[in-house]
Amino acid sequence: MTPLAALLVRDMRIALRVGGGALMGVLFFLVVVTLIPFAVGPDLALLKRIGPAILWLAALLASLLALDRLFAGDHDDGSLDLILMGRAPLELVVAIKGLAHWLTTGLPLVICAPLIGLLLNLDLPADAALMLTLFVGTPALTFIGLIGAAIAVTLRRGGLLLAVIVLPLTVPILIFGVAAANAAVTGPIPFGTPFTILCALTLASLVVGPFAAAAALRQEME
Amino acid sequence: MRLTGVELTCQRGERDVFAGVSFAVASGEALTIGGRNGAGKSSLLRMIVGLLHIAAGRLTLEGGDPELSIAEQAHYLGHKDALKGSLSVAENLRFWAGFFGVRLADFREPLETVGLGALARLPAAYLSAGQRRRLSIARLIAVPRPIWLLDEPTSTLDAAAQDRLAELMRAHLAGGGLILAASHGPIGLSGAQQLRLDQTAPSPLVGGSWGGESGGDARASTPARDLTPPATIPSSSGAADE
Repeated sequence: MTPLAALLVRDMRIALRVGGGALMGVLFFLVVVTLIPFAVGPDLALLKRIGPAILWLAALLASLLALDRLFAGDHDDGSLDLILMGRAPLELVVAIKGLAHWLTTGLPLVICAPLIGLLLNLDLPADAALMLTLFVGTPALTFIGLIGAAIAVTLRRGGLLLAVIVLPLTVPILIFGVAAANAAVTGPIPFGTPFTILCALTLASLVVGPFAAAAALRQEME
Repeated sequence: MRLTGVELTCQRGERDVFAGVSFAVASGEALTIGGRNGAGKSSLLRMIVGLLHIAAGRLTLEGGDPELSIAEQAHYLGHKDALKGSLSVAENLRFWAGFFGVRLADFREPLETVGLGALARLPAAYLSAGQRRRLSIARLIAVPRPIWLLDEPTSTLDAAAQDRLAELMRAHLAGGGLILAASHGPIGLSGAQQLRLDQTAPSPLVGGSWGGESGGDARASTPARDLTPPATIPSSSGAADE
């Protein structure tokens, strides 16, 4: 097994075990989205209009939930020292940890989204479009979150700082993700325009995130 | 293979922890690093594996693999055990072997060597401090690397495990490896060179003697000259100042 494959398997195993945080994201997502109709009231037209925005906001918060422990856990138990000593480039290590995090917290959200969309009066085509935007957009949320997780690695209450650093950076993804989902639900703009920009944002964050996070980690470990 | 440090200086928070430290360790040799709390024993080991910046001085490895850095040819056994509580004993070992590029055909053998063979399937969270340390030592056996950097390796081990570790260290030295160990007491290696990081240190009752490794603030109250103790290797080693 190559070093990176070993790391991917380990991180996914830890996330899926008790206390690992993989299920917490999905449960949080479910709870937040379920609460909204109670707060807004049984106005089906309104729910349908704000549904994509609610699902996107909930997905954003849920994917940040377990992110603060991503590097802090490895830092606290000394694993990060050994990982830094390894032959695998830190940028790739960071990207693999991001991938493991997305597979265990982001992907379950994407799979659950159509089910929860029913609660918000979304019909099937709209649900499918929403799922597609989440599938493309949640990796960007995770990989931008990597930067915050790396900056907050040595701080005791890193989770709060993480949210403050990361949430403003996710604004463009939120805008175009919700725009694409809304375009599919209500129109009038075509789905493709905001969706293509969302894809571009994701591709950019897949590249920028690991490099920025690795630089932050190197700085912190000095 | 020969690991040489010349006039090494370590700075933490703009303050010298130690300065002018020189040492040389060759294949089959061991070096024990002594000194009071906060003298920089751990910092020296972390410097060698590149986890701390070298403020001044040179660190060279002759006779190693030129394609690899010193860190990639070294094992670092720190205060923290680098174990995940939710993974089993065997899974922890297999991960580190895999991450360091070794395909572990039989994870039982290293575990048996450190006396954890019967606990292979137990989550590491249930291990005692000494058992955790033994599992970390199993990593050193599972992944062959010539340089062992051990930070207080015996601190949580019982007498039998300390003897076992001494045996493993002697076997490693006999196989051409080299060992640098930070320790307050004897670690069971006769004939090891000794490096004291605080030879001119003042009475331990002055100022920050309770500071510990991260006690930069506590040390601030001691006079500045005490912060840069010139450390040398006793002449008996014959390896200094090459």
